Amino acid sequence: MSERAGRSGLVAAVPVAFLVVFFVWPSGHVLVRAFGAGALREVLTDPTFRRVLWFTSWQAVLSTALTFGAGLPAAYVVARYDFTGRRLFRAFVTVPFVMPTVVVAVAFLALLRPGGAFAFLGWDRGLAPMIVAQVFFNVAVVVRIVGGFWANLDVRREDAARMLGASRARVFREVTLPLLAPALVAAASIVFLFTFTSFGVVLLLSDPAHATLEVEIYRQAFAYFDLPVAAALSLVQIVVVATVLWALSRAQERSALPQRLVAADVTARRPRGRERLFVAGVIGVTTVFLALPLVALALRSVRPGGEWSASAYRALATRPATTTSVVSPGLAIRNSVLFALVATVIALVVGGCAAFAVAARSRRVGRPLDVLVMLPLGASSVTVGLGFLLTFGSPPLDLSGAWILIPIAHALIAIPFVVRAVAPALRSIDPRLRDAAAVLGASPRAVWREVDLPIVTRAFAVAAGFCAAVSLGEFGATLFLTRPEWSTVPVAIQRLLGRPGEANVSQSLALATVLMGLTVVIVLAMERVRVRHLGEL
Amino acid sequence: MATRWWRVVRAAAVAGAVALVVAGCSGGTDPGGRGSVTLLTHSSFAASPDVLAEFTARTGYEVRLVQPGDAGLALNEAILRKDAPVADVFFGIDNTFLTRAFDAGIFEPYAPPGLDLDPGVPADPQQRVTPIDRGDVCIDYDKEYFDQPGRPPAPTSFASLVDPRYEGLTVVENPATSSPGLAFLLATIAAQGDPGWKDYWRQLRANGVRVVDDWTAAYQTDFTAGGGPGDRPIVVSYGSSPPADVVYSDPPRAEPRVGVVESTCFRQYEYAGVLRGAKNQAGAKALVDFLASARFQSDMPLQMFVDPVVAGAEVPAEYRRWAVAPERPLTMTPEQIGANREEWVKEWSDIVVR
Repeated sequence: MSERAGRSGLVAAVPVAFLVVFFVWPSGHVLVRAFGAGALREVLTDPTFRRVLWFTSWQAVLSTALTFGAGLPAAYVVARYDFTGRRLFRAFVTVPFVMPTVVVAVAFLALLRPGGAFAFLGWDRGLAPMIVAQVFFNVAVVVRIVGGFWANLDVRREDAARMLGASRARVFREVTLPLLAPALVAAASIVFLFTFTSFGVVLLLSDPAHATLEVEIYRQAFAYFDLPVAAALSLVQIVVVATVLWALSRAQERSALPQRLVAADVTARRPRGRERLFVAGVIGVTTVFLALPLVALALRSVRPGGEWSASAYRALATRPATTTSVVSPGLAIRNSVLFALVATVIALVVGGCAAFAVAARSRRVGRPLDVLVMLPLGASSVTVGLGFLLTFGSPPLDLSGAWILIPIAHALIAIPFVVRAVAPALRSIDPRLRDAAAVLGASPRAVWREVDLPIVTRAFAVAAGFCAAVSLGEFGATLFLTRPEWSTVPVAIQRLLGRPGEANVSQSLALATVLMGLTVVIVLAMERVRVRHLGEL
Repeated sequence: MATRWWRVVRAAAVAGAVALVVAGCSGGTDPGGRGSVTLLTHSSFAASPDVLAEFTARTGYEVRLVQPGDAGLALNEAILRKDAPVADVFFGIDNTFLTRAFDAGIFEPYAPPGLDLDPGVPADPQQRVTPIDRGDVCIDYDKEYFDQPGRPPAPTSFASLVDPRYEGLTVVENPATSSPGLAFLLATIAAQGDPGWKDYWRQLRANGVRVVDDWTAAYQTDFTAGGGPGDRPIVVSYGSSPPADVVYSDPPRAEPRVGVVESTCFRQYEYAGVLRGAKNQAGAKALVDFLASARFQSDMPLQMFVDPVVAGAEVPAEYRRWAVAPERPLTMTPEQIGANREEWVKEWSDIVVR
């Protein structure tokens, strides 16, 4: 045990070093420089800020709950049933997660305004579309993290309980739910953090009367130039986030039951009889919900000015180099793919080490590390972005000309996904299984290959898909660090939309449509890696 | 038992750390080398590559761009990094934020030799910054919308916007987060006086004005003639939006759909300056000279949709034909704006947002 704790300490050093250098140091730098006790007092006592904190919290809780409502059925179906197009569906749910907020806002408003499919709701900018958009963006987190773990649960436990006469509901409540808990907590914490620090959706789909902490930090920093108040607000944000994470980490640790996890392809089967209807229904409804805004967006890209035309795509493909304002789409795609690959490698290495250390159950190392790893998701991107600018532009670590900062910033956000996908799987591997294999004469290598590898590989594949998605869609950090030659697809989309004229609008929507395709291809490629590994068994 | 497991992890960790260090180091070297000059600016900056190449051919310096988002973000970067500047020149600060940069002392005084400004262009007496372009933030409207029978005539003044016939037709930007939004707030203050503007905004609010956070949301998604799913035919945008509407029309159009209410226009000037502590002082001065040259100034109209401010600059015909630039626009001195900006924005928020 002590040897193992020692090793986990060693492995923990990698993520700790990474996070200290690329997160704690830069954000601490900003906070220390801008901090003032007076500003903190103002933030803590002013009712305006208290209202902002309250709104931020309840909209995050509500959005998280609704995201689970929308995502759990699909997570179950994807985990338990083998149906045509399952892999494609799993890749497809990731698409909304990657879409730039600004084009999603265009798509949502196109659906809600007169002439749109949902005009009858009578909604425009406001709370309702904002919350629905948060669900739209985050369903992927639930489907992939919960679904990924669910696929590894041994169905035979449930079958046994059913055989003993328990109702379906009771089996779910008393057998499935407790076993699934670590993944549920993991997904919940990520969705909560994303919605708690929501920025673009709030600005673009809500109204100015509703501001999250993140929006308020941005306004204080860039509209009022009041950095002390901005710093005090981001300190409050970090403290709230860290507290919630601490509680969730405890819950996750406690809820992990050692259990027999099995390779995913064993647990899924073709749906039979009435199940076929159920599977079709769940997949159908989820697909329609996620696809409607995407289709609205793609349709607008081929109907500039209300006429069918591929002019936007033609213009993108042949865009002459007559301006520095928008990089060529080819370069943006190349940058996006390159950054996604590098960010995925960094996140898998650093996050993988963190997951092993967290799962080693040494509470002294595990839980603080678990919270530390998640913090970048819950920290203000304004603070982190400014921190990068302030810290890495001068010695001792001068990276001001270095593109590597962008994938590093992406990796900071992707690492929590790796830990959240891998640690529950590691924790749940039944030690008796390894012991049994060893007793039966399996070499350590065989134990690793037969017991750990299939389960861990699957978790890593889920994580890798997410890392790529996080990087492809990331905008906040990229915004702070961008030089034209580093523009990613989301940055190019934003730049196009920043120029007047409908040609720019339709080209930005066309580029967003290209991004959808790119996401599906890259996520499918990640899944292929997994399939190949399992095939070796 | 799990020895190999940990060995694999450890090997991967070491490999990852090495890769990171290598990537970090190789990325850390400056690809531009000694012959470059770095321009910090907002994301709306644009120029023809040919024109920038001409600068390089003439001076030997290559221009590298750093564009961290909008003007507010770029200015913050310049201020926060003033002890170790990321760039040599800053371009894109306008009269609404000028005092903020002066207070922070980010500029090294410099004036291009032989600068011949158009009459009326306000230069900085202390030569910390040089005027580069001008533009007007105005109320724009969808001409086709108001041409339809049964609709009110196109708006003609600030008064139209609070007229009940125009209820629920206007979208404006939040002055707390948007540069044109701030300019429009200043326009109402310049036109209605202080405290008359407060009453005007109360009426605007009562007349169903919609406030969104930035220009993109206002023009591209809410304005009916912006190309997005818009539902508001009146918007705060620019006097140069009509030529942009023609140049970037799809399908092609000969005349703009966008009209401008001239009496509401507020004049903005954008400035450039040499950053204090710039690594390449000589290159920085050469770049400011170039930004203020007729060659660059003639390129600006169709790149950034702004007007030149120096004598001898040529404005392309399609820009000149449609751009609206009133003879006597609303305006305010940078000092007046600087002394009241935060206060006005906060008061505005209390009236319009809460």
